[in-house]
Amino acid sequence: MVILFAVFLLTLLVLTAVAIVRTENLFVAVMLTGIFSLLMAANFFVLDAADVALTEAAIGAGITTVLFLGALALTAEHEKSVSAGRWLSMGVVIVTTLVLIYATFDKPRLGDPQAPVHLHVAPWYLDKTPEIIGIPNVVTAVLGSFRGYDTLGELFVVFTAFIGVLFILSGRRGRHLPSNGRASSSTDQGLGHHLIPKVVGRLLIPFIVLFGFYVQFHGEYGPGGGFQAGAIVAAGIILYALLEGETQALKVVPPPALMGMVVGGAVLYGAVGIAGIVLGGNFLDYSVLADNPVTGQQIGILIIELGVGIAVCGALLSIFHAFAAREPS
Amino acid sequence: MDSASDVLSWILLALGGGFVFVGGLGALRLPNFYTRMHAASLTDSMASILILLGIMLQAGWSLAAIKLLAILAFLLLTGPTASYALANAALLSGLKPGSSADESKEN
Repeated sequence: MVILFAVFLLTLLVLTAVAIVRTENLFVAVMLTGIFSLLMAANFFVLDAADVALTEAAIGAGITTVLFLGALALTAEHEKSVSAGRWLSMGVVIVTTLVLIYATFDKPRLGDPQAPVHLHVAPWYLDKTPEIIGIPNVVTAVLGSFRGYDTLGELFVVFTAFIGVLFILSGRRGRHLPSNGRASSSTDQGLGHHLIPKVVGRLLIPFIVLFGFYVQFHGEYGPGGGFQAGAIVAAGIILYALLEGETQALKVVPPPALMGMVVGGAVLYGAVGIAGIVLGGNFLDYSVLADNPVTGQQIGILIIELGVGIAVCGALLSIFHAFAAREPS
Repeated sequence: MDSASDVLSWILLALGGGFVFVGGLGALRLPNFYTRMHAASLTDSMASILILLGIMLQAGWSLAAIKLLAILAFLLLTGPTASYALANAALLSGLKPGSSADESKEN
């Protein structure tokens, strides 16, 4: 049954991918990328990877689509036709596909208990998580504690992307100062004059943000954690920006606060690691944070997830505002 | 009792699936933008009610049922709003309802 679902979803994925490549309307392509991400999320869910599914749905299908649309508002709706080098790229794609298909022949069967991935450290993680960390969600334990270095690296990737996007996009921050004169037109921005989206949006925003916090702090017990929660809270605030106008949203969370969120989140994560050293353990060793090593692990994971959530939320909002602040060229 | 709720649940799920199918068919086959949207949005709301009620019967009295109820409330709020926003955006961008000759515009 699972195989049937998976094959169905994968077929839809391939169809969507082909449609994305073939369409010349970039708006359609953006919508199809959203559908692609949602199908991917469903696929992850069928494979019991609820955490990854939640991330894919929140970031891939949600925020990325909004960011793509923001970018699209600055450019043309139709793809420029490029004819040079088509055969070369076609050749590269065909060769890569053949190599990948060849590589799958060595792949163990889906769910094979003898697969290398199930014989290395995974059994140890599954076995020791209740004893060492004492939380039900092993994914959070692996992500936050056992593989804390990797997650720190991921957070700094987000951080670097944030810096890169700001360097490329934000040249005209001064536009948002109230003295600029554009602030008076803030009522024209957004959907303020459309009653139904406004009312429903206002009704939903608190619940979206609340759900974000739930995903953040429930990550030790169920699917969730900092990355997903940051994206969901950012989605709530982006909805607010769409409804009330971007200027209004920047009043709620001003650019320095966004900067502080990204930097602060990353620093918070690093600080937990250094606190481990100061208290006599290794870097990112949470066991020394409290008298009881298990409690220490839980405190550490809670704080680093908070750092991840704050940083991701700040980075996504900054990128959104960076796109929204640009005039169409 | 158990089998009765099971049968009812499957009837609801099948009806919901039928609505989704009809909506998809309408979105593909109807002549212009507004009729297609009409087909997709109305059936979507009905289908989400039926399907989620069906799953709720499967879940029984549990936390999952309450979560499904919350999802239903969310869908019933967002779905029609999204349809409204879509139709409104189409109207504002100059797509007149009632003409069947606007095939070229919405593709």
